[in-house]
Amino acid sequence: MVSYIFRRTLMAIPLLLGITILSFAIIKAAPGGPVAMLMDPKMKASDREKFEEKYGLNDPVYVQYFKWLGNMAKGDFGESLIKRGTPVSELILNRLPNTLLLMTVSFLLAVLIAIPIGIYSAMRPYSPLDYTFTVGSFLGVATPNFWFGLILIMFFSVTLGWFPTGGVATLNAPFSLWDRIHHLILPALVLATADLAALTRYTRSSMLDVLKQDYIRTAKSKGFKEKKVVIKHGIRNGMIPIITLFGLMLPSFIGGAAITEKVFAWPGLGQLFIDSAFQRDYPVIMALTVISAVFVVIGNLLADILYAIFDPRIEY
Amino acid sequence: MTALLEVKNLKTYFKKKKVNIPAVDGVDLKINKGETVALVGESGSGKSITSLSIMRLIPSPPGEIVDGEILFDGKDIVKLTENDMCKIRGNDISMIFQEPMTSLNPVLTIGEQIIEVLMYHQKMSKSTARNRAIEMLELVGFSRAKALIDDYPHRLSGGMRQRVMIAIAMSCNPKLLIADEPTTALDVTIQAQILDLMKDLSKKSDTSILIITHDLGVVSEVADRVVVMYCGQVVEEASVDDLFDEPLHPYTTGLMGSIPSLDGDVERLYSIEGTVPPPEHFPVGCRFAPRCPHAFDRCRNEDPSLITIKGSRSVRCFLHGDKEATL
Repeated sequence: MVSYIFRRTLMAIPLLLGITILSFAIIKAAPGGPVAMLMDPKMKASDREKFEEKYGLNDPVYVQYFKWLGNMAKGDFGESLIKRGTPVSELILNRLPNTLLLMTVSFLLAVLIAIPIGIYSAMRPYSPLDYTFTVGSFLGVATPNFWFGLILIMFFSVTLGWFPTGGVATLNAPFSLWDRIHHLILPALVLATADLAALTRYTRSSMLDVLKQDYIRTAKSKGFKEKKVVIKHGIRNGMIPIITLFGLMLPSFIGGAAITEKVFAWPGLGQLFIDSAFQRDYPVIMALTVISAVFVVIGNLLADILYAIFDPRIEY
Repeated sequence: MTALLEVKNLKTYFKKKKVNIPAVDGVDLKINKGETVALVGESGSGKSITSLSIMRLIPSPPGEIVDGEILFDGKDIVKLTENDMCKIRGNDISMIFQEPMTSLNPVLTIGEQIIEVLMYHQKMSKSTARNRAIEMLELVGFSRAKALIDDYPHRLSGGMRQRVMIAIAMSCNPKLLIADEPTTALDVTIQAQILDLMKDLSKKSDTSILIITHDLGVVSEVADRVVVMYCGQVVEEASVDDLFDEPLHPYTTGLMGSIPSLDGDVERLYSIEGTVPPPEHFPVGCRFAPRCPHAFDRCRNEDPSLITIKGSRSVRCFLHGDKEATL
């Protein structure tokens, strides 16, 4: 197992390199640049060139890439081109906790609600409650996050005034746990709905499949009650395909919340990513891309490790 | 001999688009203590549904026991609540299935799958149950039971898995073991081992066996009595010797004729013409009439009833009913 993890990690290196080359090429191919965003249109061409010279923007693309790669290998992501003087790592580290908090809470919310619902639906397929959940999850998948977020803000924050309209905490107020939770509820709910809906459907179909298996009939023939049959003999088998989903969801912890973060003015990585993309802030974009790529690799690796834990037939 | 299990006029129907499909249509069956009864018939004759009805494991909906009694130890288990039935299943009546490859849970150890039954029904502690599980594994012929107990089913072959299933089924010393085609999926040498094992264990613990099969070779090897089913009904019942000496029902004769004999020099294997009609299209009159070489007008219009002949055997056929009457 340990040697398997080691081998997988080694194999990830060329993959990550490929990802950085591709994203570097694509972002450089996009028209415009940070200078166009920052400079006064009346500024002289010579000043503009000076700026470009200083930040190495006139070098050939491959030189720029290798410079960036060399720095990154030393753990230096460079400075933001837009917020000059601020290291990229600082920008990211400032926002990372916010995003992780939001994503973890919404993920847990989705899993804790979706899996029991999915299992119930599989135990009583085509029952009125199953149909209700089915309609609900299709609505959940079909509702765009930004729209759902705006509706919630309009109703709960503006009309009823129960929740703040955005942000992570009340400005200039001392830290209070309740205040943080209060700010977290709406965005977490919005983010959870899409995952929730998809997870419910996957859990349902996976469990439906498992409950038809011969070993479930064996468990019933042992005299166990339905609940025990499902919990002890069904769930572990039913979760095996769901693990793939978990692995795929992990990378979205970094960039997946962009739109929701924007709607709720949540200062997280998603928002940072969108802003930097529009401003062609290359170092920030590249840093975020690398982090997402690392998360993809970790997510897949974690999924593979979880497979082996859940399914004794798999050995590495 | 006292009856352990007595099935009376059992009717298990399946509802499909508001039509009732009579998968089991008035079956009578009796199993005495310590006796091995074989339930024989082609696919679709209702033998598996009969056994699942006795276990009350008919998938419901769409299946339902609509009529009849299943007296087990004097109690009608059709009327039991699900809770009470759970105390019988796996404890007093246990079951092994046709597909050993898929009947064990792939994510639980072999030991766990035996231990859980013992802890549940016999209220054993985990360590007592573990010792008993090792004992059971040794009993079904595993020499390195102690190592095997923490292994997972995917390491075992089909025959070995079926042994584990038998160990699970026999662990609580059931009064009745239902074996639904236990050897169909296994190769012939393993079949014999499994059958011997079942016979052996049932003798030791005085367990009655209901073995469901379409293999008359299996029947001759293990059964004391044979019940032949066709289209959801019992068509013939006799002791194994009587049945093989003189099959009465044309269907049974046909089944016997389909066994290839070792000494005969036959070009083509005999087979009963036609196929079992699906339950929604059972013919009027005798259900075997369309495939029967001896059928006459009465067979196509009138439903024969199961009549007792020579005191100990019974048959559902006008040929014999009349003979008996004229004698």
